[in-house]
Amino acid sequence: MAEEKPSTHNTQTAPAATPKPPTVGRRTFLSWFVVAWGAFAAATMGAVSVVLRYLYPNVLFEPKMSFKAGKPDEYEIGVVDTHLKDKFGVWIVRDNEGIYALSTICTHLGCTPNWLPGESKFKCPCHGSGFTKAGINFEGPAPRPLERYKIALAEDGQILIDKSKKFQQEKGEWNDPESFLVV
Amino acid sequence: MTDSPKKKFDLKRYIQDTQIYKSIFRHGYSTSDRDRAMTVLTNVFFHLHPVKVRKSGARFGFTWCAGGLSFFVFLTLVVSGIMLMFYYRPTVEHAYNDIVALREHVPFGIMRELHRWGAHAMIITVWIHMFRVFMTGSYKPPREFNWIVGVILLVLTMLLSFTGYLLPWDQLAMWAITVGINMARATPFLGHEGPGASLLALGDVQLIHSGSDVRFALLAGRFVGAGALLRFYILHCVAIPVAVVILMAVHFWRIRKDGGISAPL
Repeated sequence: MAEEKPSTHNTQTAPAATPKPPTVGRRTFLSWFVVAWGAFAAATMGAVSVVLRYLYPNVLFEPKMSFKAGKPDEYEIGVVDTHLKDKFGVWIVRDNEGIYALSTICTHLGCTPNWLPGESKFKCPCHGSGFTKAGINFEGPAPRPLERYKIALAEDGQILIDKSKKFQQEKGEWNDPESFLVV
Repeated sequence: MTDSPKKKFDLKRYIQDTQIYKSIFRHGYSTSDRDRAMTVLTNVFFHLHPVKVRKSGARFGFTWCAGGLSFFVFLTLVVSGIMLMFYYRPTVEHAYNDIVALREHVPFGIMRELHRWGAHAMIITVWIHMFRVFMTGSYKPPREFNWIVGVILLVLTMLLSFTGYLLPWDQLAMWAITVGINMARATPFLGHEGPGASLLALGDVQLIHSGSDVRFALLAGRFVGAGALLRFYILHCVAIPVAVVILMAVHFWRIRKDGGISAPL
């Protein structure tokens, strides 16, 4: 009778006199139960992370964040240069003190303003925000000035703009020497 | 043969006695409560529905039919949307021209307008439905779970409108999505300018930056471009509708399980 019952304490005590179907004790079962669920959970997490990673491609066909913009003397004093706007999303402005690279992203909701030479301002077509040549917001809903990008001179004498570093006027960052190029 | 008194040929009875009819409709519609219930229970479409509806609950003044209208508009949108898919190609080169062609070159070019108006109508009817459910107190137990399902359906309805907004690929679409997607940029922990995102870093390496946040996953890039058009198309035509259909089935089923349409207090 005792041999008929599945052992609940120790699976090794069963005598091997007669061949009988192997029994799995409660503890053995529970440990395999945990392993099975753990494996299942790990496989599921792995599959989910594969899907999430799949959404981020390894190669992007976007303009580079850092690029060269020609020699400083190619830019006239007092003129807003728009030739890099479409490709790289910057305006290059030269004033009496130096050159700075303005972001073309409106600080209201992210549209792209237009430079209106006649009125000497940047005007956003989405909600009418206006910015001065320096990038200061003066009309419409934009809450803060346009951002400036890191600008420096490369070894070959060309202007080097790095869009991964931004300078915000309201944080006093426009005094940072990296935010403008003295020429 | 002809002069013997014979019963008049009954076409209705003849059709109902064929094997084809009986194989489709398992139960006739008689006046016994059991057969009426079985008619509903044995039909895959009807069985989501309550077997019995209170007379008061079915009154137009109580429900405004707003939920049913939402479902009807949804079906219209599915049909017209599938029709649009026969012509529309979600690429930068073709998308805008295909939308114009749908109006100018295709017979019954109103299909695209039907889809667009339907989208507006569904937003309106879903809101009316929610307002009605709220004002009649139908969100209270035992219907609180179904209220939550309904809220998720409301969000998915608006996401369907949002993802569909980009597909015409005109100036309005481009900038509306540029503006709208900035919400993803500010999502806590998941957007690179959202609160808490700067905390997710390994030493000096930021885990959440403009190339790894949820906005990037939606746009397939850092701004609205070809990848964004394709992803929004797939979300709009496949991913969100599948989720909506599954949740709708749960939503209708739970009406039945929670005791039918609520009665006026």
